[in-house]
Amino acid sequence: MGSALAITIGVLFAVSIYLLLRRSLAKVIFGLMLFGQGVNLLIFSAGKMVRYRAPIIPPDATTPPAPYADPLPQALILTAIVIGFGILSFSVALIYRAYRSRGTDDLETEEETR
Amino acid sequence: MILSALLVLVAGAAAAPLLYRWMGARAGWVLALLPLVLFLALAARLPDIADGRPIAERTPWIPSLGIDLAFRIDGLALLFLLVILGIGALILLYGSGYLKGHPLQGRFFGYLLLFMIAMCGMVSADNTILLFVFWELTGIASYLLIGFYHEDAKARSSALQALLVTFLGGQALLAGLVLLSIATGGSFSLSETLEQREQVTAHPWYPAILLLILFGAFTKSAQFPFHFWLPGAMSAPAPVSAYLHSATMVNAGIFLMARMAPALAGTELWRGLATTAGVATMLAGALLAYPQADLKKLLAYSTVSALGTMILLLGLDTVLAVKAAMLFFLVHALYKGALFMAAGTVDHETGTRDVRVLSGLAKAMPLTTAAAVGAGLSMCGLPPLVGFISKELLYEAKLAAPYIGPAVTAAGVAANVLMVAVGLIVAFRPFHGTLNHTPKPPHEGKWTLWLPPLTLALLGILFGLAPGLIDRGLIAPAVSAVRAQETEVTLKLWHGINSVLMLSIATVATGFVVFRLRHRARPAAERIAQSGPGSLGPARLYEWLLEGMVQCAKFLTHTLQHGSLRGYVGVAVSVMVAVTGAALLRVWSPAALVWDFSDLRPYEGVLLIAMIAGAVFAALSNSRLAAIASLGIVGFGVALVFGMYGAPDLALTQLLVETLTLVILVLVIYRLPRIASRSTPRQQIADAILALSAGAVITVLLLIAQNLHPEPVLRDYFVQNSLEAKGRNVVNVILVDFRALDTLGEITVLAAAALGVGGLIWLRPRRKQPEGGES
Repeated sequence: MGSALAITIGVLFAVSIYLLLRRSLAKVIFGLMLFGQGVNLLIFSAGKMVRYRAPIIPPDATTPPAPYADPLPQALILTAIVIGFGILSFSVALIYRAYRSRGTDDLETEEETR
Repeated sequence: MILSALLVLVAGAAAAPLLYRWMGARAGWVLALLPLVLFLALAARLPDIADGRPIAERTPWIPSLGIDLAFRIDGLALLFLLVILGIGALILLYGSGYLKGHPLQGRFFGYLLLFMIAMCGMVSADNTILLFVFWELTGIASYLLIGFYHEDAKARSSALQALLVTFLGGQALLAGLVLLSIATGGSFSLSETLEQREQVTAHPWYPAILLLILFGAFTKSAQFPFHFWLPGAMSAPAPVSAYLHSATMVNAGIFLMARMAPALAGTELWRGLATTAGVATMLAGALLAYPQADLKKLLAYSTVSALGTMILLLGLDTVLAVKAAMLFFLVHALYKGALFMAAGTVDHETGTRDVRVLSGLAKAMPLTTAAAVGAGLSMCGLPPLVGFISKELLYEAKLAAPYIGPAVTAAGVAANVLMVAVGLIVAFRPFHGTLNHTPKPPHEGKWTLWLPPLTLALLGILFGLAPGLIDRGLIAPAVSAVRAQETEVTLKLWHGINSVLMLSIATVATGFVVFRLRHRARPAAERIAQSGPGSLGPARLYEWLLEGMVQCAKFLTHTLQHGSLRGYVGVAVSVMVAVTGAALLRVWSPAALVWDFSDLRPYEGVLLIAMIAGAVFAALSNSRLAAIASLGIVGFGVALVFGMYGAPDLALTQLLVETLTLVILVLVIYRLPRIASRSTPRQQIADAILALSAGAVITVLLLIAQNLHPEPVLRDYFVQNSLEAKGRNVVNVILVDFRALDTLGEITVLAAAALGVGGLIWLRPRRKQPEGGES
């Protein structure tokens, strides 16, 4: 699946960066979300990918039976998903607030481009 | 004992504002007792130290770095300490009268004591790093003192100027001291370092060490071309000027040179640098002082000249010259302190410091007049004052200097002629003659305003008549410390008729003539100051540099922190593409790039195509709900990938978080306006090119990375030790055991984000502000 996943991740990055460069606040939120997905998949595919073999130790063994998926990227991604959720909710609240107080969702108004 | 004495002063500084609230200006009298007691205690130890038994103590501070609170009072430190404490006590007394009624007088006493602590600590430090710490503390305290009239913009900029110039030197000093410590085997102990002269002067770094340390000394002691900060420091209240310029701040550089002389002196480089700077400063200070009309400016520039003289003497590097330097330090502190205070009293009681206006004050202010005349005679070097002895010794030392004797003597005579003229302008002109009209009717100040300067002036007469009081007990131990060998000093008022006396007489006579010519000199000096070369001084260079730095910082900030999200993202992505792309190009070969779709199962292919389609549709769609729905396809697709590749925990978490995220988005998105296409087609194409190249770089990076198989050291460690940590799910064990602190941090971030979201949504400004600005 490696090469196909690499292409998918590349597309996710390209689309999210394109969205982050938009002037509309909503698109920036979408970009932020996709960017997080892309990064998580990137970390995931950096480890050894093994189908359907979770790194779980059976009751009668001391290590998981090989081959098994790399647990380290998984642990990192688990943290990243949760933090990403925190960032996204904060950004959404901030963007909503910014729109309410500025009256526009355009990121590049005259007053802003100093 | 030394550390506790410093702590007593710290307590005094901290208590000063409270004491002031309780007893008003008289707090100064009480606080003056602190340095006075210390002065007497030290004076009692004078015989011990003169016999070569310094007071030393050591308290560990940072033992691992060899930095101790080590203090050592030898002859040199003692001379400086007595001057700092003695004049300090008088200044506190004087300040209680001079600033009476000023609302911040309590704070003033605190600053003054702080400054005193810094000076005392610096001269008694026996650890080079400790010396540096106190050195910088004097800079900070002087900043507070010079800028004491903080509502005055001139005072603020002068304080900043003094701070920046002396801090620049301070940085050089630190570098020099660290190099010195490395060159002598890593010790920061000052007394140990000073014993290793041979090793230091033979070391290849010696020129660098010397240049750096002397740079520190020269900036602090206002040597040409760094002299410009000193007259600016005149914006301080008179007690501060009197203290900083007579006994303390500016003499820190002199002290540093004298302190370091046992290790650093005795080379051509030392002699060359110090005599050059000294002669230039001595002459420049005298020339700049002479045409001034402001009492304090006259005194300030004459201080510059006196500092040059001291540096020159230390640079001559003979026993005689060091004797002259030590005596001149004491003499200068006495007369300059007295004159600054007398000038302050005159300003305080008449409302002006202009010598062209002031005249005939002797009758109205007899005691101040006595102080000024006594000190002025010492400055001019007339018998029977101690200034006379000092000047005789100065000339003797300069005449005896090897090779350059005649040249430095000629320069010294020229500077002294001008000093005599300045002394006459300052100490006689305002008091002699008929009374002029002044902004305030002149009258004698309170006792606190005339007693301190008069005390100093009387000491000048006393030491002149009985030089035996200071020569063996005070000056000799100081000279011994600087020369690192026992030295006898015998001072006499009358040396008989010799060439030095002839020089003295000629100096005073010429000085008197020059004094009479002052009215012609002033307009000429003003013309020079206003014409081309006059406006190109180091002070202008300082202003230019400062302004340039601010402009440069402004430009950089505006360029880098422009506030446009698009700009930030664009720069970050471009840099990522450029740097990663360049790195990839270096390892690039067609073989490194392996496209392998052989093990791709059909349902996986469908899933990935759906994700790609979802992402692209979310980017292109202008319907908010459709965009969110297609984002959902991507998110759930990611969860499925996790699930298929042995990561059930990730799949579950992703499912939950994705669902929650979509709900939040749907709730918020309908409160935002419809999505509008705002960018021009050209912009869209540029953005798309950047985004696509970033995506391509990532894909290539991944393809190459997937073919590298580094040793999974960490994975093996976690897997093998998971059971020991009481868990069979390795991912969970990593999160809650091996990397539990990370997880704690993660929870904290989440809590902070939750608080932030709550604040953004529920907290509102009380009233709507007209410009839509809220903080």
